[in-house]
This record gives sequence, structure tokens and C-alpha cells, in this order.
Amino acid sequence: MSDRALAVVRAGALTTVQDRGRPGHAHLGVPRSGALDAPAAALVNRLVGNPPDAAVLETTLNGCAVRPRSTITVAVGGAPCPVTVDGRAVAWGAPVHVPAGALLDVGPAASGVRSYVAVAGGIAVEPVLGSRSTDLLSGLGPAPLTDGTVLPLGHVPAPHTRVDVAPQPAPPAELILRVTLGPRDDWFTPDAIRTFLSRAYRVSPASNRIGLRTDGPVLKRARPGELPSEGMVLGAVQVPPDGRPVVFLADHPTTGGYPVIGVVRPVDLPSLAQAVPGTPIHFVAVRRR
Amino acid sequence: MRALPVGEDALLVEVESGEEAQALHAELLRWRAEGSLAVREIVPAARTVLLDGLDDPVRWVSELTVADIPPAPPHTHEVIELPVRYDGPDLADVAAHWGVPEREVARVHAATEFRVAFCGFAPGFGYLTGLPSHRDVPRRATPRTAVPAGSVALAGPYTGVYPRSSPGGWQLIGTTDAVLWDHARVPAALLTPGTRVRFVPERAA
Repeated sequence: MSDRALAVVRAGALTTVQDRGRPGHAHLGVPRSGALDAPAAALVNRLVGNPPDAAVLETTLNGCAVRPRSTITVAVGGAPCPVTVDGRAVAWGAPVHVPAGALLDVGPAASGVRSYVAVAGGIAVEPVLGSRSTDLLSGLGPAPLTDGTVLPLGHVPAPHTRVDVAPQPAPPAELILRVTLGPRDDWFTPDAIRTFLSRAYRVSPASNRIGLRTDGPVLKRARPGELPSEGMVLGAVQVPPDGRPVVFLADHPTTGGYPVIGVVRPVDLPSLAQAVPGTPIHFVAVRRR
Repeated sequence: MRALPVGEDALLVEVESGEEAQALHAELLRWRAEGSLAVREIVPAARTVLLDGLDDPVRWVSELTVADIPPAPPHTHEVIELPVRYDGPDLADVAAHWGVPEREVARVHAATEFRVAFCGFAPGFGYLTGLPSHRDVPRRATPRTAVPAGSVALAGPYTGVYPRSSPGGWQLIGTTDAVLWDHARVPAALLTPGTRVRFVPERAA
């Protein structure tokens, strides 16, 4: 392999390659996938001069460590965390040079869940259906990183859009999620709708890239039985038989048979990527524009 | 037919039957091909078609309400033949549900022309319709943690083939060596919505 590569020294709890995903294949059962905190991924790409669709690393809670074979420019964003090069502290949220053979360590998230690591040139694993994203539901794309994985890097682009610093939102202390009701809100009792929109839920530790699971009051159905499988959208709030809402994230299944009580506005979804277990959630009904 | 708004830019179009859903799906694909429908995803399912990523969902609610959807064209796709061995571990259970001998399950299944109603569950997993409703079978009470790739299976009104090993609760009646999904192939999925399918028993060696 060429020198344009990264060797993974510490893969972390769950580190995956992500870009903007592979929308357009839902009719074949292919999830869209892609970075959960898409604005953070786009921003670290800008910091290193990459186009917004370049593939980055998405870490989970405890970061990762990599060793480049040639000198590279990186930027770390998303969940704030300590960043070191050969043990020396360097900037988070800004472009950093990492000499060939040095150890870049992306530390545990100080707050939030997912940090994003962009490398100038992007992670250049082979795309699948037009995307380099790891899809944890269906297994498409590269496997999650393991210690010793070697990742090829792309060629460094002309850094015409590069910025040196950029504000990033702090991870949320609580989530206010704006939802439009439906399409299956009529499957729930009026009391369940009131509960959904007035009581607090919390982020469950069972959450993942497929869905943000919640703990909180159970939503009772107005009718028994099952819904025939139907298409699901990003941000759909599906209510499985245990009565606790699940918000569908990037790796969500393309069809499902549990009723969707409402859909979270897309602009509110990146904050879900950074909500640690226990974070309070309030679902707030909004009208369609 | 009614169109239910889903979020800001999607519609779930609901019809009365699987046949109507297939007809609607074929018509929506035609509209997209001729350029009158701009949408990111058209996702058919059992009784619905999801239009996700519409520029103007409000307009489409009214357009779809008055639309006249012709029946699905019967022979728009070639028939894909899947070689099969009826050797699944649940063949006896399915035979008991149907009240017939095991070899009759194989005969009926192999004599049926199926159609891919929709895909889901996993990339390349098609929900195939074609068996009459009195052949419906329940899912297994306890799902298997690992169903082998190539398993031919029944659940409810559907036949499906597992593209890769995965957990599953369907009744396994056979095995195929056909490659249902290969992301390096174009198209990656062997079975796409609307495709006609026949299962062809392999001759005993």
C-alpha cells in the first residue's frame, strides 16, 4: 500500500468510516447510512479543505488513535475531546499537522458521544453503491475499525474552501425535538399522544446508529394488531410493542411494521448523535411548513 | 387511495391491496422516468408506496387524490429462475400448516409464479407474493439467531430468500445457491420490486 494511509493503533469502542451515505436505494432494502452528526462531519472536512462528501472517521465515546504513514493534515470535531500528537496536546476543532509515523490520539469525549476525524484527502476505502459509509444494520461498507486496520487516504485537494476555526454547537444537555405528527398517530389513544408531547423521555443506553431508543412513559395503542410493512423515513418515531418511542437514525431499516407516531424535523437530528444516555428528551409538535 | 404526510417532505400513499400497491408503484416509476415526479426514494411496501424527498408534497397530496392509476402491467419484467432444493428444516411444519405431505409443499411452491412486491429487512431481500391466501403460515414462535444465506422461507403471505446469514423468524423450506445480493454487481440486487420469480427444483444428483 502507498504511503497515503493510516494505521489504526486503537480502534476505540466503535469507530466507523462515514460520508454522506447512500440515499436512493431504499427500495432495495439499503439504508441511507452516513455520518450521524452530518454538520460536524461537513465542518471537519472544511477545516482540512476536503469537499463535504469526503469520508471521515466517526468515533463513539472513547475516540481512537491512528498513525499516518506520511505527513497529513487532520481536524477533529463533533464531540469535544482531548487531541494529542505523540502525547503533545494539539487543537480540537482546527487543522493540525501530524508528521509521518506520529501517533494521533483522539481522546474520550468530554461531552457528547461522537467525534469526527477528517484527514486531508479523505478516507479512500472502496465505495459501495456510491458511498464509503459503514452501515451497521446491513453490513454494507467497510467493517468498523479494529486495531491494525490500514485505511487508504485520497489525494489532497486544492484547499480553496479551507477555514481555520469554526464554531461548533455544544452537545445538548437536553433534546427539544420538533415533530410533525403522523402518519400513524391514529394508532394511539388521545392520552398517548398527550403523553408523547408533554412528558419527558430520556435517551436509553441501548441507542445506536440505527435508532435512538428512549426510556419513559409507555404509549398505549388505540388499536391492536400489526401494520403491514411500510416505508420508513429518517427521523421517524416508531413505537414498538414495549410502547417506548424509537427515533430512526441513519442506519434505520427501510421498511417496518410498527406504527410511526411522528417524524422529527431533520435539522434536529444531528443533536441526537451527541446525546449521552440519560439526556432528557421533549417531543414538541409543530405544524408542517 | 389516500396520501398521508410524513415529516416535511415525504408522503405515504396508502391503497387497499398488495395488487393496488404494485400498480401504484409501477405508475409512480413511470412518472419519475418521464420527468413529472421528482423524488429521492420510491419505496413500495405491502399496502403503501412511500415517496421520500418530494419538492412539493402538498401538491402531490391533491394530484394523487385525483390520479387514475391503471392496473399493473402484467409482463413488464423477465422471469428470474432460482434453483432450489426443498430441504429446509421447517418443511414438515409448513406441510402440517397446509395439511399436505411435504412433497406437495415443494410441488405447489415450484408451480407458483411469484412477484417481488417489495424489498426490505436486508439489502436484496424481496417479499415475494403469489401463493394463495390459504397458504399463509405464521412466523416461527422463536426466531433463529442465524438463518443461513440462501435459505428459502415463508412467513404470512410472503416467500423470501435470505441474501446473507442473519437472524430470522421465517419458516425455512429450502435452499438456493443463487446470489441474491452482490454489491460489486450491477444491479447489486437480483430481485427488485416488480420482478417475476420462479423456483426451479434442482434434479437429484
